[in-house]
Amino acid sequence: MPANITRINELNSSFFKDFIEIGKKIFSEDMLHSVESCVQCGCCTGSCPSSRRTAFRTRKLFREMLLGFRDSVLEGDDLWLCTTCYTCYERCPRGVKTTDIIRVLRNMAVSQGHMAEAHRMTASYVLRTGHGVPVSEEVQKLREELGLSSLPPTTHSYPEALRAVQEILKLTGFDRIVGFDWKTMELRGRK
Amino acid sequence: MKEYASFLGCIIPNRYPGIEASSTRILGHFDVELVQINGASCCPAPGVFSSFHLDSWLAIAARNIALGEMTGKDIITMCNGCYGSLTEASFLLKGNKELKEKINGILSKVGCEFKGTSKIKHVIEVFSEDIGVKKIQEAMNTSLEGVRACTHYGCHFLKPAEMKKHGSSERPRLLDEIVEASGARSVDYKDKTMCCGFGGGVRARNLDVTLDFTREKLNNIISARGDCIVDQCASCHLEFDRGQVEIKKIFGQEFRVPVLYFTQLIGMGLGMGQHELGLDFHSIPAKPLLDKLNGGRR
Repeated sequence: MPANITRINELNSSFFKDFIEIGKKIFSEDMLHSVESCVQCGCCTGSCPSSRRTAFRTRKLFREMLLGFRDSVLEGDDLWLCTTCYTCYERCPRGVKTTDIIRVLRNMAVSQGHMAEAHRMTASYVLRTGHGVPVSEEVQKLREELGLSSLPPTTHSYPEALRAVQEILKLTGFDRIVGFDWKTMELRGRK
Repeated sequence: MKEYASFLGCIIPNRYPGIEASSTRILGHFDVELVQINGASCCPAPGVFSSFHLDSWLAIAARNIALGEMTGKDIITMCNGCYGSLTEASFLLKGNKELKEKINGILSKVGCEFKGTSKIKHVIEVFSEDIGVKKIQEAMNTSLEGVRACTHYGCHFLKPAEMKKHGSSERPRLLDEIVEASGARSVDYKDKTMCCGFGGGVRARNLDVTLDFTREKLNNIISARGDCIVDQCASCHLEFDRGQVEIKKIFGQEFRVPVLYFTQLIGMGLGMGQHELGLDFHSIPAKPLLDKLNGGRR
């Protein structure tokens, strides 16, 4: 949270430019620039089910972003309290593509090393098994009881398909971002 | 006979296989056949993996669509997360030639190509469009009269509405119509379209926040005297079912609200048993609901 007095030199003028550069790899520039239309009306925060129970304020996040509070936006926990429910996205009277903007900001945070251990774990399941929620022995038994194959016909049943998923994630650099060690098939430096 | 390629995702096959088994059987009852997509992976979860790395999320989603396209059929999903990821990936790739070329460059290394030839549908669209409310109504042979069902649509099926195109995201009707076709009564409750709390990586990072969403919804459902939740998303389903166990542990509040995937409700109307429907594998027993039905059966 920025202090009441902020010196201009604490603001990061390249923050927004970087945001556009990273976001435009996937999204249109119009969509990314939509955040500049924000008039701080607070419809997003008023609609947000997360803000009912947490300190997360979408309106504040966008204000800080536009002013260039890079560290406060990217290093804080608030950025990660959005469940991507898109309620604010639907209701924003200025057409700000809120949820997409939050996802780009999260990508920026992750690329700077701000990734929660719990999220690294989730990511490691996909790198290891192809599934974010892999099968368990208990569920395998259940599947058989229901007349289904013990393993679903997914990467769980096809090692070559799992290798394809892993190959893609190496090509996109996901393994490096998450800090996944292919030798041990575990996360590096688990705390 | 209509055929679809079935994209399973993670939670359906790996946590709630009863939904997979019963939905396949119920669709068969209505002359809809499912073809397997072999070797698919996590969709990957839209709010979670795209938050980490959009490029990786898009490439994996594109591979999953490409595998579905190889079957020559349109693709259906039973989870809003899968539906959200595949729909958005397809939307982005179709709208941006450069992006499509870049992603296909990656996919070519593993022998795949995204073409954009298969439609992505949620299984509820198959029930509402291909089968239709009237046919569902006619097929019901077991009365569900008196069941007060609270519907939960889930976010990524409806929103963004400009992309998903299922009408109003504030006052949706689709699931309520299916529920009413089954013979149960759809009961309104406060903040009906509110998120279950599962998404965006919040569940993994801040479980207490996620469960507080779920608890709020459950309290509202109890206030409306709902007998059960009827959902259409594997993630929401897990959130409501397992979430009740976790809420008891973390907040000390005990709920016993049965959670049904909408095909399980239709299955009940078709006279299928709770084992066959996979209901007895849920964390929260469906017994109160079944007792109410058995007591009131004419």
